[in-house]
Formats: sequence, structure tokens, C-alpha cells
Amino acid sequence: MNIPRLGGDGVWRWLSGACVALSLLAVVALLVLVVTRGLAHFWPADIEQLTLDDGQRIAGIARGSAAGEERYFTANRDLDGQVWRWVETQAIVTRETPPALLYAERRDWGSFIGRLTAVETPAGERLQGAEAERRLRRALAGDAEVATLYVRNVEGRELKVAFAQVASIAWPNRMDVGDKLAAWGHGVWRFLSEAPSDGNTAGGVWPAIFGTLLMVMLMSLVVTPFGVLAALYLNEVARQGPLTRLVRIAVRNLAGVPSIVYGVFGLGVFVYGLGGRLDSWFFAERLPSPTFGTGGLLWASLTLALLTLPVVIVATEEGLARVPVALREGSLALGATRFETLRRVVVPMALPSMLTGVILAVARAAGEVAPLMLVGVAKLAPEIPVDGEFPYLHLDSKFMHLGYHLFDLGFASRDTEAAMPLVFATATLLVLVIVVLNLTAIILRHHLRARHRALEHS
Amino acid sequence: MSAASFSAAETQRSSAVVDFPSTSSCFDIEALSLAYEGKPALRDLTLRVPRHRVTAFIGPSGCGKSTLLRGLNRLHDLNDQVTRNGRIRLEGQDIHARDVDVAELRRRVGMVFQTPNPFPMSIYENVAYGVRLQGVKRKRELDEIVEWALQSAALWEEVKADLHASAWTLSGGQQQRLVIARTLAVRPDVLLLDEPASALDPISTLKIEELIRGLKSQLTLILVTHNMQQAARVSDYTAFLHAGELVEYAPTDTLFTNPRLRRTEDYITGRVG
Repeated sequence: MNIPRLGGDGVWRWLSGACVALSLLAVVALLVLVVTRGLAHFWPADIEQLTLDDGQRIAGIARGSAAGEERYFTANRDLDGQVWRWVETQAIVTRETPPALLYAERRDWGSFIGRLTAVETPAGERLQGAEAERRLRRALAGDAEVATLYVRNVEGRELKVAFAQVASIAWPNRMDVGDKLAAWGHGVWRFLSEAPSDGNTAGGVWPAIFGTLLMVMLMSLVVTPFGVLAALYLNEVARQGPLTRLVRIAVRNLAGVPSIVYGVFGLGVFVYGLGGRLDSWFFAERLPSPTFGTGGLLWASLTLALLTLPVVIVATEEGLARVPVALREGSLALGATRFETLRRVVVPMALPSMLTGVILAVARAAGEVAPLMLVGVAKLAPEIPVDGEFPYLHLDSKFMHLGYHLFDLGFASRDTEAAMPLVFATATLLVLVIVVLNLTAIILRHHLRARHRALEHS
Repeated sequence: MSAASFSAAETQRSSAVVDFPSTSSCFDIEALSLAYEGKPALRDLTLRVPRHRVTAFIGPSGCGKSTLLRGLNRLHDLNDQVTRNGRIRLEGQDIHARDVDVAELRRRVGMVFQTPNPFPMSIYENVAYGVRLQGVKRKRELDEIVEWALQSAALWEEVKADLHASAWTLSGGQQQRLVIARTLAVRPDVLLLDEPASALDPISTLKIEELIRGLKSQLTLILVTHNMQQAARVSDYTAFLHAGELVEYAPTDTLFTNPRLRRTEDYITGRVG
């Protein structure tokens, strides 16, 4: 903010200061909300067992209250048909936290809350009570084998769960803070490193992290040379006149086109146009099932490269314009050609600005979702598009994206309310990914700038 | 008195004062006119610049002396708005001829600007810049040329301890001598100096002036300055320009002690500026 100081008039100072404070507050509040909610999701909260005045028993994790009622996350969708319960505070007779209650994440049907009654080994041997739990713990650690779990909810209904269905089991009521911290760390790690399961509402988001990063990198690889060369042409090669001015205006206006329009363009030109043609030329044997004629990593990267092109062009042009005429003339006066001057003096000095352009492009592209929905993002693509099979990087494959995953969890999943903590966790991650991408570029730019620091001061 | 009051004939006569055999002329400027966006900056200018001498162009701001200087290494080529008439010959060869390599011309006709303009590189790289463009790659050879150039520009002793420091860390005077060293490194025949000391303190100015006097055994120097004492101190010949016209051109001693024209006298004595 650079509001000129108006004499001794303090009003402007206060007003501008207040605006800065408000903006900061908004940013901090947003981050705190997203991060705390996101990270709290992995904390193994105590499971309460309630007895109501009508004799009903409920086990669940307290998640908020309103107007004399409390809300509990009770899990067990397959038994109850729902995972949330509102309970009147007055109706609660007793509250306990029995140590035997366990919390299991399953690959289908969501979580389960209840007690372990028995386990069955692959050999058919059935273990009960404390022995069953010991065996289960060893199996979770990978030291023993268990085929099936027999569990019971607090109302006594039995359930049989295949061990392969279990993603994790914890007894939160028995854990001290250290255990919980370890479990929290483990949960966060699983979130980062595993593929999603159970309709995206469980498991991790690793394919989405990877997809986002890969897509952004491919996009940068495309947009940087194109944007820089276009700016070089506009600023250094083309004869300055009404035409270049028109092109500049067009480029700046391109930055304002809604991103979904780019998505439509990408779908029409890249996916159907280019992709369709590629398929008929090179992948005809696979038709009618499309190879490149459907959304994929390549088309998504190209579409976003197009979207961020104006940003790179504008930033590069500004950097080029800032290189002093005196230095260009100094180089020319030494017998350098225009191209040599460009390569050895102008471009190195404009490099930090070019990187600024790429940083802005990355920041924009990493958060963009709308156009991706048309050109290649998938709700679920647990296989990452890089593997050991030729050509190693599969440009035609669909990929997952944190932004789209967020949308899918929050608005398109089976139980959006249950997925809400995951929405926050994913949002935290998306912000983190963008911060990391930007930091990398900023550090790079800082190193380049250090060489030209004197210029920055002059 | 307006510039128009000088007839072309008078101008021609005044330039004829400088007399030396044409074989020792470096630049031969013939009826040169230059215009920026149609506005004339130089009018029908004819003069010869002697080889291995220091020639100064003096005159009030906007008189066209810098424009003339920049015409000599074709820096005006970069600007589409500049139109030219007339001829400039360097050692007998028309510098605007089709077969002239502009980059090679600029190597032969080096230029030092008003504000020091070292590149954002190390001292060494600044001096090696032009040499590398000539295709010299061997480190040994580069080292030798860099040392020679810095010594020629009287900067070696001050910077030899840290040649790889950024050129931007040098003082203004040092930077200007570095720029001179950088230009000398490509072995030019002519060195154009566009008010090289106007941004410097008196001591740095003195050093630059000493340097200019010392360099004329190696090459031809052309100095643009608005400082008449400087012109008197360092130059052998002086040309006085006004409003795009050459008013008087004579050996420096003659021009400063016994100007032929009233107009010149008024300017050098400070009555008109």
C-alpha cells in the first residue's frame, strides 16, 4: 500500500492502516480456521458412551452442540443407516468413556465404533476377549494374521468385518496424550501418503497431491518458454506501433477471461480437436475408446498454460522494460549484436521478473479447478500418472487434483457433513502445496536477485 | 542572435581553419543532417576528425553534439524516428555502406557514456564481455587482455585484489574507468566519450582527463563536453556547435584564445550559454 501522506491529516493514515489490519485479520482467520479444523480431524478424540432416559445407548464422538442438543458422530452407517445423532442434553442420564470402545476405519461403509468380541485367524481358529485384542494388535503391527473381526456396537448388534477391510483401529479412550500424538502423526502421514478409499471419504490424498504438483510442473514447462519468447518478441523484436499496442491490450485482457472459458476452449481444441486427430493417426487400433481424445494430464496442463500465459508475458515485459537503455547501448557499443545484447545483458537482468511471472502463474494454476473439470481431472484415479512402464510419464491418463478433490469431498460425496473435516484437511494441504511451490520459486528468484542487488537500488 | 544568422558559407569557412592532410583524417563527415521525428538536430555538418588526436565537441545543451557523437557509431540505428542525410567516412570507408557490419563498426568505434554503465557482472566479466564476443575463449588470453585493459585505464592497481567483485561495488569514478577499460579491451580505433566526467567528482574527473591525454598515442578520441575548461585541458581540436550547426572548428589553442567568430567568443567567455 502506498497512499501518500496528506500533511498532518491522520485520517488517511488510520483508514489505510485499518484496511491493512482488516486484510491481515481476514487472511489469518482463514488460515487458522482451515488449518485447525483440518489438523484436528486426525486427533483421536475420546469416544463417549451415553445412556439416555429411555434406556437407549449411544456411543460416539462429540461434535458440537446447539440449542440444548448435542451432536454425536456415531459412525456405523451399515447398522444405523446414519452417522450423526442429535441428543437432547436433558435426556442424557450417564456419560462414560469405556476403555474397551474402539474406533475402526474401514475401506467400505465408513467408520465403526464399538467393541471387539472375537477374531478369527486364517486357519479358522477363533480367539476371544483379551486374547483376541492381543492378536489383533499384533496383526495390525504385521506380526500375525487375522482373517475376520467380530465386533459389536453398544446396543449389542454383531458385525463381521474382514481384516482386509480395516484401514486402522484405535482405542482412543485408553490412549494418553503421547499415544494420541503418535496416532495423530500416523493419521496425517496416512492422509498424505495413501490413496483415497470409500468413495473418497476415507484414506489419503496422495494421488491428488501428486497430480496437482505434476500438472503444475508440466504447465510451467510449457508456459515459461512460450510466455518469455512472446514477451521478448513484443518488447525487443517487434517494431513498436499501434499493432504491438493492440497485441498488448489483447494479452492483458486475456488474463481477465473466466477460467471456465479456457476449459471449454481446451475441451474443444485440445481434447476433441488435437486429441481426436492424434487418436485417428496413432491410436486407431484402440478406437472407439479414446487415448488422447479424452481429458488427460497433457490437455489439462496445456489448458492451464494458456490460462497463465498472459501473466508470464506481462511480468516478463515489465522486467525487460526495466533494463536500462544505458546498459543495452553499452553492450551494443562494444560490438555486440542485438541478439548478443539480449542474451548476455537484457535477459539475465530480466530473469527475476520472468520468475515472478512464473510464480504468479503457478499460484494461479495450482488453485484453478473449473477448467480442469472439462479437460482431464478425475474424481478417482488412485494410480499416479508416473510409473515404471514405458513411457513412464502417462500424459494421456486422467489425474486427481487437490482442488477438485476438495469440491468432490465437500459437495459431491455421500455424506458431505462427515467429509467436512477432510475438506478442511485437503484445503490446508492445497494452501501448503501452493506455498511450497511459491517458496521454491521465490528462493530461486532471491538467489538471482542477489547478483543484481545494486540494480534494484538504483 | 539566432543560429540562422550564420550562413552556410561562413560555417564552411570556419571549419576550413583546421588544416591537416586528408591522409591523417580518421572521420570524414560530409554534409551530415540528422532529424528526430522530422525535427532537425544536425544541419549540413561537414568536418574532419584527425587521427590520434583528441577532438572536443562543445556547445550548449541541445546543440547536437551528443547526436553527432552517436551518429559516428550508428547508435541512431536503434531508433526508427531518426532520419539521416549526408555521409560519414571512417578511414575512407562509408560507415553506412551496405556491406558494413554494424557490430564490427561499433567495436572499432568504442563509446563511453555520460553515466557509468557497467554491466551487473564482476569487474573481470565486464572487461571480458566484449572480448568474449570476439570469440576469445581461452582463459589465459582473456586474463592477459583484462589486465592490459585495466592497466590502460589506470584501474588495475585499485581492483587487482578482487577482480571478481561486482562492478557495482566500485565508486562512480572507478566505474567510469572500468567502462573505458571494457571499451579498450576490444581494441577500438576510435573512442567516443559522451561527457564522461560530468557525473564525477573533481578528483575522478582529473583521473579521466589524464587517461584521455595518455590514450591518444593509441587511438583517436572524440570528447563531448559542456565543460570548456575540460575541452581546453585535454583536446587538440575543438568544434563549437550551436543549434545543430557547426559554428567554428579550430585547434583548441586558437579557438579558445583567438576565436574567429563573435558567437564562439560569447560562448567560451560565458556570455551566452
